[in-house]
Amino acid sequence: MATQRINIRTAILTWGPLLLLSLLLLLAPLLLSDFRLSMLAKFLTYAIVAVGLDLLWGYSGMLSLGQGLFFALGAYAMGMYLKLEASGSKLPDFMVWSGLDTLPLFWEPFRSPVVAILAAVIIPAVMAGMIGFLVFRSRIQGVYFSIITQALTMIVGLLFVGQQPYTGGTNGITNLSTIFGFALADHHTKVGLYLITVVVLALVYLTGRWIIGSRLGRLLVAMRDDENRVRFLGYNPVLLKTLVFALAGGMAGIAGALFIAQVGIISPSAMGVVLSIEMVVWVALGGRATLIGPIVGAILVNWAKSSLSEGFPNIWQYFLGALFVGVVLLFPDGLAGIVRQVGQSWRARSGARESVALPEPHPS
Amino acid sequence: MAQAGSILSVHGATVSFDGFKALDGLDFTIAYGELRFLIGPNGAGKTTLLDIITGKTRPDHGEIVFDGRPGAQRWTEHRRVRAGIGRKFQTPAIFPSLTVAENLEAAIGFRDRVLTLLRAASTAERGMIDTTLSQIGLGQRAEVRAGLLSHGEKQWLEIGMLLIQQPKLMLLDEPVAGMTRRERDRTGELLQQIAQDRSVLVVEHDMDFVRRFAHTVTVLHTGKLLCEGPVEAVQSDPRVIEVYLGPGRNQGEKKGVAHAAN
Ligand SMILES: Nc1ncnc2c1ncn2[C@@H]1O[C@H](COP(=O)(O)OP(=O)(O)OP(=O)(O)O)[C@@H](O)[C@H]1O
Ligand SMILES: [Mg+2]
Repeated sequence: MATQRINIRTAILTWGPLLLLSLLLLLAPLLLSDFRLSMLAKFLTYAIVAVGLDLLWGYSGMLSLGQGLFFALGAYAMGMYLKLEASGSKLPDFMVWSGLDTLPLFWEPFRSPVVAILAAVIIPAVMAGMIGFLVFRSRIQGVYFSIITQALTMIVGLLFVGQQPYTGGTNGITNLSTIFGFALADHHTKVGLYLITVVVLALVYLTGRWIIGSRLGRLLVAMRDDENRVRFLGYNPVLLKTLVFALAGGMAGIAGALFIAQVGIISPSAMGVVLSIEMVVWVALGGRATLIGPIVGAILVNWAKSSLSEGFPNIWQYFLGALFVGVVLLFPDGLAGIVRQVGQSWRARSGARESVALPEPHPS
Repeated sequence: MAQAGSILSVHGATVSFDGFKALDGLDFTIAYGELRFLIGPNGAGKTTLLDIITGKTRPDHGEIVFDGRPGAQRWTEHRRVRAGIGRKFQTPAIFPSLTVAENLEAAIGFRDRVLTLLRAASTAERGMIDTTLSQIGLGQRAEVRAGLLSHGEKQWLEIGMLLIQQPKLMLLDEPVAGMTRRERDRTGELLQQIAQDRSVLVVEHDMDFVRRFAHTVTVLHTGKLLCEGPVEAVQSDPRVIEVYLGPGRNQGEKKGVAHAAN
């Protein structure tokens, strides 16, 4: 009897937060204004990035400071399609301003929404895979990996700024109007895009769960503990790490595509230092290696950011910094760690009560 | 099958670190099914020999033939493991954040393709994990985080991780270091059991343990082979006594060897 009740309690603790979150997210279109809903949608795209980064950093121990790059690549790929759709038969406005008179050849395929969506996933994933393979093959690890990913992100950012005729330069891609023929400003389009984002987030989360439960999941944690040991167990860590990095890159890419469709702009600033570091903060605050923690972290941190920056635009950055330092020092396992501690003491207390009535045969 | 020959032979292996030769033209051979002990004073090159066999270090010169296949010194680390060389490191190398059972699970899929690793462990694999757990005596500890195990239990877990991979040649670097007397006995029995189906090379400092479980012993000194033979012969060899006790004290006292080697 007691064990059954404990099982139910364990199930509530593991699936409860998830169900609650899903319910809230699905109800949000009924409760929020269009403006707030778009804002939440933006946070959810960040949450998708956070799940990928959690697989990469939380589970596998690779702290990438370059997820902004893959996010931006996904957003640009989708943005090219949206821009062409907005421009109709004319040349996109920024190309006209920079003196182009025909559409560059590499823009042509992006007239197709299918190509654009596929490219938004595949380009970041392949790019991450190539970078990863070269970096991991040279056995570059730890802080050097972080520095390289950050540096590459900045280099690509600068490249995008410099190639104004092809990328929109500093302004990036903006002035969008429709997606697949639906007006972006329309209420129904917004709700539709929001729901798609929720579904993608759910799929990305479930993919994460699947990987973590598989033998590959064991190896990811094993590599975080001792990569050399994994190598001397007969695995090729280069392949395993490349796979995870590419996967996280692809997730960031989808997130970017959903981002531009709902926020309406992507610029090279996404490839600056700040966004990529903020992404790490979401994961750390939510709780590494929990998958659900980083989702909550991404939503809460960005919600705090927008409420604070509406009221006090200047102190936000200090607040984020202080919050990060505070949490890392006091709660290294983030929000998820706090929840787990509370849950454990809850279980311990009620467990103690039960064991008085019915001593368990095998105390673990 | 090449059962008649040797599972491993190392020819003229030299490894130098900044001019210092950790291995100096070493020739070394183990037969199929043999249980061999490797001893020698600190810095003799024992770990370095395991390093070149497993690919952790590349020799400057020399050739390694494994299971009849030459050129093994050029293989990648993981290829050697897949070919059947398993190694236990001198300090226990397990994954502290995984549970005991998960550590074994991590070891099991080493010949699978990356995408096949995406499925969870099969029933057959669960069975192998259970068998191995009871073999290494950690059946009751399956769900414990490996980081929380005692030193001896960690050593056993690492042996279990190798065992589940069914290697043809198992290299054990000081498997009983830091173990209590009872743990040593358990390990010794486990070792004899393991050695029934494969070749095993054990590096060990504990002469008492060597005397009890070894048949053939190889002594390494300054990166060279000093002598090789049955335990008794090796123990009374004046050259061995000299390198353990220093020159001028070669009185041939067996206890002295055991003492100095600890
Ligand atoms: N990576 C390295 N760089 C420089 N010197 C090294 C390196 N690895 C080993 N050595 C040196 O090579 C010699 C042989 O070392 P090795 O670890 O093989 O000895 P060992 O026989 O295993 O000794 P012990 O009984 O102390 O484990 C030692 O003098 C050691 O200092
Ligand atoms: Mg050694």
